[in-house]
Formats: sequence, C-alpha cells, structure tokens
Amino acid sequence: MSASPPASSPAASNGSEPIGAAFILRKAVLSALVALGLFSLMVGVRTEAGQSGQLEYWTRFGELASLVGAVFVGSIVVELLRLWLGPRGGLGSFVPSSVNSGLSVAGRYVAPALLIFTFLVPVIFYNQRYILDLGILVLTYVMLGWGLNVVVGLAGLLDLGYVAFYAVGAYSYGLLSTTFGLSFWICLPLAGILAAFWGVLLGFPVLRLRGDYLAIVTLAFGEIIRLVLINWQDVTGGPNGVSGIPRPSLFGIPLTPGPDGLAALLGIPFSPTHRIVFLFYLILALALLTNWVTIRLRRLPIGRAWEALREDEVACRALGINITTTKLTAFATGAMFGGFAGAFFATRQGFISPESFTFQESALVLAIVVLGGMGSQLGVALAALAMIGGFELFRSLEVYRMLVFGLAMVLVMIWRPRGIVGHRSPTVFLEKSKSISSDLVKEGHG
Amino acid sequence: MSSAPILALENLTMRFGGIVAVNALSFSAARGQITALIGPNGAGKTTVFNCITGFYKPTSGVIRLTHDDGTQFEMQKLKDFNISKQAKVARTFQNIRLFPGMTALENLMVAQHNALMRASGFTLLGLLGVPSWRAAEKSAIDNAVFWLKRVGLLDRADDAAGNFAYGDQRRLEIARAMCTAPSLLCLDEPAAGLNARESGALSELLLSIRSDHGTSILLIEHDMSVVMEISDRVVVMDYGVKIAEGTPREIRDDPKVIAAYLGTDEEEAAAVLEAEA
Repeated sequence: MSASPPASSPAASNGSEPIGAAFILRKAVLSALVALGLFSLMVGVRTEAGQSGQLEYWTRFGELASLVGAVFVGSIVVELLRLWLGPRGGLGSFVPSSVNSGLSVAGRYVAPALLIFTFLVPVIFYNQRYILDLGILVLTYVMLGWGLNVVVGLAGLLDLGYVAFYAVGAYSYGLLSTTFGLSFWICLPLAGILAAFWGVLLGFPVLRLRGDYLAIVTLAFGEIIRLVLINWQDVTGGPNGVSGIPRPSLFGIPLTPGPDGLAALLGIPFSPTHRIVFLFYLILALALLTNWVTIRLRRLPIGRAWEALREDEVACRALGINITTTKLTAFATGAMFGGFAGAFFATRQGFISPESFTFQESALVLAIVVLGGMGSQLGVALAALAMIGGFELFRSLEVYRMLVFGLAMVLVMIWRPRGIVGHRSPTVFLEKSKSISSDLVKEGHG
Repeated sequence: MSSAPILALENLTMRFGGIVAVNALSFSAARGQITALIGPNGAGKTTVFNCITGFYKPTSGVIRLTHDDGTQFEMQKLKDFNISKQAKVARTFQNIRLFPGMTALENLMVAQHNALMRASGFTLLGLLGVPSWRAAEKSAIDNAVFWLKRVGLLDRADDAAGNFAYGDQRRLEIARAMCTAPSLLCLDEPAAGLNARESGALSELLLSIRSDHGTSILLIEHDMSVVMEISDRVVVMDYGVKIAEGTPREIRDDPKVIAAYLGTDEEEAAAVLEAEA
C-alpha cells in the first residue's frame, strides 16, 4: 500500500484521466518495480558473519518474489477501492462524512462522560492494581500534554525539550525532600516555580528563533538538562539517581500501616491500594488544575495574546503586544505544569534517575499534543489515553506492537491531519460560539 | 490641545546596505487631518511607514509624535510594541494581517490587549475572576461591538476572520487598529483590491474616523480617487525623497508629480491626466 505512488491519486480521482485496466496495471507494475528495488537488497540478499569472521550471504528470491507480488496485488486492490469509493480526493474520504459529523455531536458529551468515568475508575477497578497504575500513568501524560499544549498548541512555539521541565520538577522534589526533609506539599509549588524559572531561562535565548531552529534549540536544552543530571554526581547522584524519595502524605497523615497511618486513624484495615488510589486522585487533581488554569488563561488577555502570537507575530507587535513577555510567560506556564507533573512522578516512583528523562519522553508528549489536536484540551486527553493506554492494549502483539501502533498513528493522521479534535473554539462570542475550522488556524512557527 | 503637528519627520534616512531607500525625508502630518503619502512604486513609502511604526530602525533622523496633551515621543527610540502601547500609533498592512483562526470579535479583543492586561491585574485578578476584571472585559467587548457596527460587520462577529471576503478583511483590520484607541492611524494602501463601491465606503469610514474620533490619519494609497477625495494634505515621494507637498488640488497640477508618475514628457503627461479626469 505504501509503495503505490500517492502523487497520482488526484489524477485517478478527479476523473480527468480515464481509469481503465491499463492505467491500474501500469500503476501496479510501477509499484512492484519500486518494491523490487527496495526489497532486493533488504530481503533478497541475506548477509551474516561466518564462523571465522568472513562474510556469508545467500539469496532469498522466494520471499522477495512474494513481497513484490503482494505489492502488485495490493496496488490493484487499492486502485479498485478508489474507483469503487467514487471520485473523492485523498485517503481521508475513506471515512464517511456521517462518521465525522457523528463524532462532532458526540464530542459535546465525551468530556463530561470521560471525567465522570475517570472519577469512578478507582471505585470500579479497586482490586485491579494494573488498571490503577495504568490510569495514573495515563493521567500523568494527560497533564504533561496539557502543559505542553500551552506552549505548542496555544503559543505555537515548537518545544522538543519539554522533558527538561519534567526532570527539573522531579529532581526539585527528590533533592529538596531527601536533603532538607521538606514535605511534598511544600515542594510541589517549589518544583513548579523552579521549572517555570528554567522555562524562562530557555525562553530568553530562543526568543528570536522560529520553527525548526526553535525546535533544535529546545531539543538541545532537554539534552543539556539530562547530561547535567548525569554528570553532576555530587548533587544529583549521577546515573544512580535519587532514591528513597518520601511518599506523599494526605496533608501530613502518612499512608502507612503504622499506628499514625490513615488506615489506623479511620479504623479500617491497611491496604497498599490506599496509596495507589490516593496517587490516582492526586494526579487527577493536578491534571484538572492544569486544565482549569489553561481554560481560564485562554479567556484572559494573556491567553488571547498567545494565540494571536501563533497566528501572526508581526500583527501582534503592531497592536502593542510585548512579544518577549508573551513568549516567556508561555514557556514559564507550560514549564510550571511540567514541573508539577515531575514532582508527582518523583513521589510516585520513590526513585528517579536521568534515564526517565530522555528525548523519547519529549517526543511522546509532543506526539500526544499533535495527535490530540494542537490547542484542544479534550483532544490531548483522548490522545494521551490512546497513546499510553493503546500501547498497553497492544501488549499481546509482542514484537509487532510498535508496527501496529505506528500504523494506527499514521491512519489517524491521514484521517484527521490536524489531530483528533482539530477545530478551535473561540474564547469569546457575542451570540453563538462557532467552532473554527482547522484550515484557518495557524500551526505556529515560533 | 497641543498646536504641534501630530507627526513630524526630520531628515529621516533609511539605508539597506548600499541602497538609500529614504533620503533625508522631512514632512509633518497635521493634527486631526488626513495626510496621504503617495508616489510611484519603489518610492520608499512603505519603508517610511515601517520606520514610523517601528518595524525598521531608521539609519538617522527623528520621528517625533506629539499627543494632544503635549507629550512627545521620539519614535525611533521606542521599542516596536511601545509605538502602539505608549505612542498610540496603530497601523494596517498592505497585505492584510488579521489573525485568521480567531473570530472578528477576538481580533478586536486582542487589539485591546494592554488595557485588558492592566484590568486583569496582569492575569492574576483575571484568573480569580474578580468583578473589576469582568467589568473591564464587558466594556472591551462593548468597544469591539461598537467598531464592528461601525464597519458593518456586527452580524459576523463570531465568524473566523480568515473566512471574510477581502473587502471585509480590510475593514476589520481598520476596526482592529481603531480598537487600540490610536492618536495616529497609519494605513498602508487601504483601498488596494477594493471595488469602486467598497472604496467609496472606505472613504466615508476614514472621513468619519477623522471627524468623530479626532484620530489623525496617515495613509499610503495608489487609488487617486480616494486620495483626492479625502486627503487634507498630500506628500509625494520619489526615489526616497519628497518631491512635492500640498493640497490635493495643488498636487494634481504639480508638474514634478506628473513627471514622476508618467515620465518626463510633461505635456504628454498632462494630456493623459486631463483625459483621465
């Protein structure tokens, strides 16, 4: 399927060229030739190091032939499908419009339903530790996604180093609590403030950068933070990380089996699940705080300035908006939420090391934001659920997990190029809030 | 009320490498009047505009703005966003620069950013939703509604600006500039791409902005019917220097202007102009 040249699809679909058996056959032969070229070395010849280190190779023409044949047949099938589905351009039309409009109607009820369900998860799945842990993980990424959404979705600043703020938050709590014995509830705001501070520090040098250049510098920033964590052994413990980070308490009441513990105070038998449920509601509260603040900020002048910045920076300057402070507040706000999430991560794990803060994490969070639809709160939540939960769902597929997962992502992006929830809802309206098509909304290039 | 002209350019020079785009240009725009800056393509008009509105830093020269109360600003020293924020100079762009993914109303709300930022206690009070912030937001919406009504786009307040027709976008951009409560409004070719009816409506709008709101206007325009109809004074530029200045009538008959527009054969040029008029 991937080997069929997509460039010729408009010609095939708009009917300007007669689609006959010859046309389909020609495309199929072309696709097969491309496949032959691609696979002849990858599949057709197998090389291996022999016993004495010499190169051994043998040919696998049978496999090669079956692959090329599959591409040939597949190409014909795709063309026939296209013919059958009528003259509509693009693969997006494979999804009927009724499904799309049905989704937008359902969209109104998805958010409240999802919220109620999330609140009930610990009740429904009380005895299923695996589901609760997964729920906590998903909510952590929902929160990270919402935090990054401020920077990428609203302000349009492509940030590839978001994990740096997650790390700053985690290490802030980890080090402050193990060194000075500060409690989680004091460290949480401190972690947010420190992360916001680093957000501003990152913001200053990249103020004049846009698009790809901004992305590269933020990427480097994320790596710098990680390398500092690895190499500054005296403070951060280097690759060994920080261990023995205190677990959170319910405003001073520890969730332990001892006589001071919450279970003893309530007069109920102790169960380790209490702590998991507590953590679940803690990250849910933090995520909802992020959501609430973001929704409020969007309706305030600062939020509108972020979105205006994404739409047109030059026009912003002409309207007297200070680009510098607007960009820095976006970086700081996003970083602060990343810091909160980091502090939560540290208290949940009880152990942190630089390994948890690789580029992979940044990429994952960014993928959640892009997949969800930049700027959309609901979309990001759904995308986090799909990315983290879906990845677990495919666990039974073992080695094919990544393949299936990648394919699913590609399909979603073909179906909805601007994310699951691509449209934008206005922040203020006179009579009726009309959602704005994603075609008009800029993606932002820094 | 200050008697000084609202805007005075003194020996403004702008060089790009070896090219002198604007060469020792001096002129002034009178308070409460419409001043037109005209000239053939490449005369340096937009460069002058970009210097006034802070997008370029002039190589040398002074751009002095005087408010009604006598406060003076040397705009070549101001940061770009302060030209709108403090000196109260608003501008529109030759190629319209709206926020296409935001509604018309949102566009006008963004224009009131600085006033709203103060009212929202730099976000903190707004986050808590205190009554004074709500009142400020309400009055900002009222102001936006006023201008939407003024440019005849009130029924489209909740539509994305990117969906507007070209002429509507031009008017929305003027409304957005007016929402910043400017003392001087700079318009870069506001009539470009408009049909005769639309440019007639534009002339009326600009005249009423001048008379009802006391806003001084500086405009670059190629549409001579608009320039001649609404301008109180016309400044003509060619090759980065001022070649003439005066009332529309004086400019129309100025042989130097005719030469700049139509070449040096003045007799022939005059004949063409006669035929046009």
